[in-house]
Amino acid sequence: MTDSKYFTTTKKGEIFELKAELNSDKKEKKKEAVKKVIASMTVGKDVSALFPDVVNCMQTDNLELKKLVYLYLMNYAKSQPDMAIMAVNTFVKDCEDPNPLIRALAVRTMGCIRVDKITEYLCEPLRKCLKDEDPYVRKTAAVCVAKLHDINAQLVEDQGFLDTLKDLISDSNPMVVANAVAALSEIAESHPNSNLLDLNPQSINKLLTALNECTEWGQIFILDCLANYTPRDDRESQSICERVTPRLSHANSAVVLSAVKVLMKFMEMLPKDLDYYGTLLKKLAPPLVTLLSAEPELQYVALRNINLIVQKRPEILKHEMKVFFVKYNDPIYVKLEKLDIMIRLASQANIAQVLAELKEYATEVDVDFVRKAVRAIGRCAIKVEQSAERCVSTLLDLIQTKVNYVVQEAIVVIKDIFRKYPNKYESVIATLCENLDSLDEPEARAAMIWIVGEYAERIDNADELLESFLEGFHDESTQVQLQLLTAIVKLFLKKPTETQELVQQVLSLATQDSDNPDLRDRGYIYWRLLSTDPVAAKEVVLAEKPLISEETDLIEPTLLEELICHIGTLASVYHKPPSAFVEGSRGVQHKRIPIQSSESQDTGGAPGATEAPAAVIPSQGDLLGDLLNLDLTPPTSTAGAPPGPPMPMGGMDLLGGGLDSLVGGGGSLLTPLSLLWLPAMKGKGLEIMGTFARRAGVIQMEMTLTNKAMSVMTDFAIQFNRNSFGLAPAGPLQVPTPLSPNQTIDVSLPLNNGGPVMKMEPLNNLQVAVKNNIDVFYFSCQYPISMLFVEDGKMDRQVFLATWKDIPNENEAQFQINDCHLNSDAASNKLQGSNVFTIAKRTVEGQDMLYQSMKLTNGICVLTELRVQTGSPTYTVSDRHTHALWVMIPARAGV
Amino acid sequence: MIGGLFIYNHKGEVLISRVYRDDIGRNAVDAFRVNVIHARQQVRSPVTNIARTSFFHVKRSNIWLAAVTKQNVNAAMVFEFLYKMCDVMTAYFSKISEENIKNNFVLIYELLDEILDFGYPQNSESGALKTFITQQGIKSQHHSKDEQSQITSQVTGQIGWRREGIKYRRNELFLDVLESVNLLMSPQGQVLSAHVSGRVVMKSYLSGMPECKFGMNDKIVIDKQQGKGATSDDSAKSGKQSIAIDDCTFHQCVRLSKFDSERSISFIPPDGDYELMRYRTTKDIILPFRVIPLVREVGRTKLEVKVVIKSNFKASLLAQKIEVRIPTPLNTSGVQVICMKGKAKYKASDNAIVWKIKRMAGMKESQISAEIELLPTNEKKKWTRPPISMNFEVPFAPSGLKVRYLKVFESKLNYSDHDVIKWVRYIGRSGIYETRC
Repeated sequence: MTDSKYFTTTKKGEIFELKAELNSDKKEKKKEAVKKVIASMTVGKDVSALFPDVVNCMQTDNLELKKLVYLYLMNYAKSQPDMAIMAVNTFVKDCEDPNPLIRALAVRTMGCIRVDKITEYLCEPLRKCLKDEDPYVRKTAAVCVAKLHDINAQLVEDQGFLDTLKDLISDSNPMVVANAVAALSEIAESHPNSNLLDLNPQSINKLLTALNECTEWGQIFILDCLANYTPRDDRESQSICERVTPRLSHANSAVVLSAVKVLMKFMEMLPKDLDYYGTLLKKLAPPLVTLLSAEPELQYVALRNINLIVQKRPEILKHEMKVFFVKYNDPIYVKLEKLDIMIRLASQANIAQVLAELKEYATEVDVDFVRKAVRAIGRCAIKVEQSAERCVSTLLDLIQTKVNYVVQEAIVVIKDIFRKYPNKYESVIATLCENLDSLDEPEARAAMIWIVGEYAERIDNADELLESFLEGFHDESTQVQLQLLTAIVKLFLKKPTETQELVQQVLSLATQDSDNPDLRDRGYIYWRLLSTDPVAAKEVVLAEKPLISEETDLIEPTLLEELICHIGTLASVYHKPPSAFVEGSRGVQHKRIPIQSSESQDTGGAPGATEAPAAVIPSQGDLLGDLLNLDLTPPTSTAGAPPGPPMPMGGMDLLGGGLDSLVGGGGSLLTPLSLLWLPAMKGKGLEIMGTFARRAGVIQMEMTLTNKAMSVMTDFAIQFNRNSFGLAPAGPLQVPTPLSPNQTIDVSLPLNNGGPVMKMEPLNNLQVAVKNNIDVFYFSCQYPISMLFVEDGKMDRQVFLATWKDIPNENEAQFQINDCHLNSDAASNKLQGSNVFTIAKRTVEGQDMLYQSMKLTNGICVLTELRVQTGSPTYTVSDRHTHALWVMIPARAGV
Repeated sequence: MIGGLFIYNHKGEVLISRVYRDDIGRNAVDAFRVNVIHARQQVRSPVTNIARTSFFHVKRSNIWLAAVTKQNVNAAMVFEFLYKMCDVMTAYFSKISEENIKNNFVLIYELLDEILDFGYPQNSESGALKTFITQQGIKSQHHSKDEQSQITSQVTGQIGWRREGIKYRRNELFLDVLESVNLLMSPQGQVLSAHVSGRVVMKSYLSGMPECKFGMNDKIVIDKQQGKGATSDDSAKSGKQSIAIDDCTFHQCVRLSKFDSERSISFIPPDGDYELMRYRTTKDIILPFRVIPLVREVGRTKLEVKVVIKSNFKASLLAQKIEVRIPTPLNTSGVQVICMKGKAKYKASDNAIVWKIKRMAGMKESQISAEIELLPTNEKKKWTRPPISMNFEVPFAPSGLKVRYLKVFESKLNYSDHDVIKWVRYIGRSGIYETRC
């Protein structure tokens, strides 16, 4: 009973003592010793030295001891593969044991030992266990196939285990079915196109039957698997929905959420005028509300999902506002999520209640929560026009509290309210102006300055107010500086007589004394406008502003659709597609909601088409979120498939400056030198040098980040704009943060070409946004086209010939490279290093002709003919390519 | 799927670590300790992503349970599993504490090996687990072949929650309707939100494999029955007695498809304690108490508080364990309380006046008044008044739920429904019962 004693010993020489005890004749002593070993292992001590001694204890009829030894084996077998072989015999023997519990234990453990030699021995016992008479052994063996597949996928396929696993879907025991489904689903994820699960109406029927009988966990596996199926028509869709809805009453929240996922997805296929569609909508609300009485952690998961569901189908929960009211004792993460949903559900019908609540929240303790509540009031004003007046007066009340962050937050939202309802609430400006001095956050300062500039004609002392900001102009953040510049120009245009001096002052501050190019440019533009044509200046600066839209923070529709397909999972908690946080091939497949069958298309339209997110108010911080979310989303049209055909582009010569590097000769470096991409001046202290490289078939963006600012930097993230080859980060930017002042680090970001495609000018231009805790920075850089040459670009000789002939002449381009002193062989070798493959060579009239092929990541092949005049430093290149696209040669291949 | 499961004490020392997937390394154990347990800030989310690894955690007293994964797992399932894990541990060694975990670490590893396979949750019903994972550890070897196959078929079978061959001399059933009534009321007495979350908890000591059927005054069922031939007069009369259930969820033993189609609750019960169903109602709730607060600020250093509570149920019933918490500002220096009934005390550590009344009958009223002296502060921020909260227990179901029947059928054994002794009890407790002031 008092196993805790095993945790205490920590003397030296302990290992020797244990060794002696393990080899003791007494069974009890042995067992004690193994327990001690396991305890040491748990706390992280290295007890691998005891491997042979522990394995010796394996041959025992004491089940508890055996389990302990197995536990040890699972941990250390990998580090001692040769010794682990010693255990094989016992495993194989145990797999034949008359006791099903022992057979299962053996096969379960064996699958966890990731040693190649052992896996070979595992095949036979596993085959037997998959057909064992006992369901307990079969359900364990089913999972074991997934384990084995994780170690050696080829072996599993060769041994035919996948077929056996498929057969288990028809097993009589529901738990075996559930585990087989789980194993198959996992294996199928790493083989996106294998059709392993082979879901068809018959197999779906089997799954639905098992659904009623298996454990709660099994139900989750089955529902998650069902969600991947696409019904053939609305009738099948309805019948599946009917059989899944009872799950909504399950006590296990995960079963409920997975059922919701299936229903949300399949509902899309039902015609909206169908009675059943309405019934289903009604059935979804109560279980979702019930999830909110679960434990807080589950509430959090539920709320994150409800946030998605509300965006997709607001009608489901529109009458349930009250359940999202925040309770005093809710954990902060639940409070923040509830608040988000409250705003989404706010409507004219319930706005009074919502506002009363929000006002209550604005007096709470947690700063983040209070800020969000204040911001929410502003969003309500913008969303529900009738409530705007009440919202404004509530905000004014809050400003009266003089709580610093409340005031600042309120001013930021009032600015948005002014924009939404011009010439309505300006009477409050006086109150706002009283709080000028307490504003210390850039966003609030910028908002206030905007207000002063915009309504300069109504504020008597506008010039004084703005002048007061001007004193510390250089210490302000860019946001404030830009706003101040604009505000003063507005003021000048409105009251030209008394503010001439002020405007001159700000223009000179912005243009002459500032290092910030954005600020300088804006300053010059104003300056020129004002000096050349004041009337035009007025028209430009005081132009009517477009109205802002009411919905904010909406998730971009394609991402939303994908997330709906991931209800209940981590992706739905993070609100990010799995590819954003899962490594490797798993989960990178993008899921889509099936589209309604054609006959009822006209009633429904494409999913998400009705929601027009339009312009979004760039609210603090969220703008960034939006930007990131937006760009993270892959285009659904190309989901799962390789990037679609590139759009046709005119012939274009990529050679450009690339020639020089070709001519450069000498160096065998395939990576171009690092260039300064983001100067520290522009990056608020963040300097980025960078280059591209192709390593092991992966394009790497290699950057050197230097913090030249005085404060630490954290929260790095990166995004690319659409680009010609759909390059996108394959993972998040891995910067070990914080990056302290004067620290330099090198990061390598793997890229893939699964991103959205848009032709760039020049073609290899890449626009990048890097974010950190300070700001978002934009820069563009150019990648060498040779990075895109894939390793398997070598063409067969015959194919090359045929292709060369097939390509029409207009796809051919010719140019010369001068000053290259390599002979043809050396050139060929060098090019090979950049995945430019020489197919053939011939010599005609003293000219070496090299025929080469290369393939781009998007599947385009380029064939070149390289003529080298012996003794002459001039190369002539003609190339033809499969698409009427670009003429290119390995411009920066560094020959 | 779940890649690993760790249990830590409050200091962040790891007590149990079990890794299921190759992508989870030892460094994950430390990452969670450093980033979550030792983080100075309050935890802002139960899901944390550290270096592409996701950590799910729950806390039980001062023990942290963390599940780790690198994949896009079903997050709801992971949390449900962690709760289940806690249930199983509680079933084996009652309290989850550092001492108990250390004392039972071998058992925990054995359990973890059984209930999670390659990160996939397997049967985790403690009833079933106890038949072959025992603290003695050796029992399973002495099982006969029949017993072995009985175990395996139970663990994997359709009725994984009950074993065959259970026998009792006295077939008995205890049924508790436990409700918690939640209220948020404005200072003016307006109900902002109110709901009852109820549970039907059973203890069954029945022989064999009995088939049970449970009936209550569910509006949908009653209306349906009345539709069959009763007059409209009847339905108006019983309309009062039936209640509208917003939503309910059931123990996995209940046949959900049958509930969905016929709205009847039928099941083969687990043996011993279990929770049959949970439900939620929002309509026609009987709010057992009404709190009427009155707070007056007298100058900057004094507050006067008067709170009246009114009981709102049959005069013949008694409420128990009544406790009213009136929050006081942080800068309170002294409190004087006068109450008509019960005892009231100022608890400086809780920043509240706690007023306790042992018993109170229905349709009564009681009052407390307090004078709170405040220390002068120069803090700009006004004291934000937290709501007044209340605790109590009443011997009825505030939702109005009534058990109509619980029938037991066991065709193979020779006992019938009326041989079973059945006990029913209703308890209404306060959930979050708050009145703003």
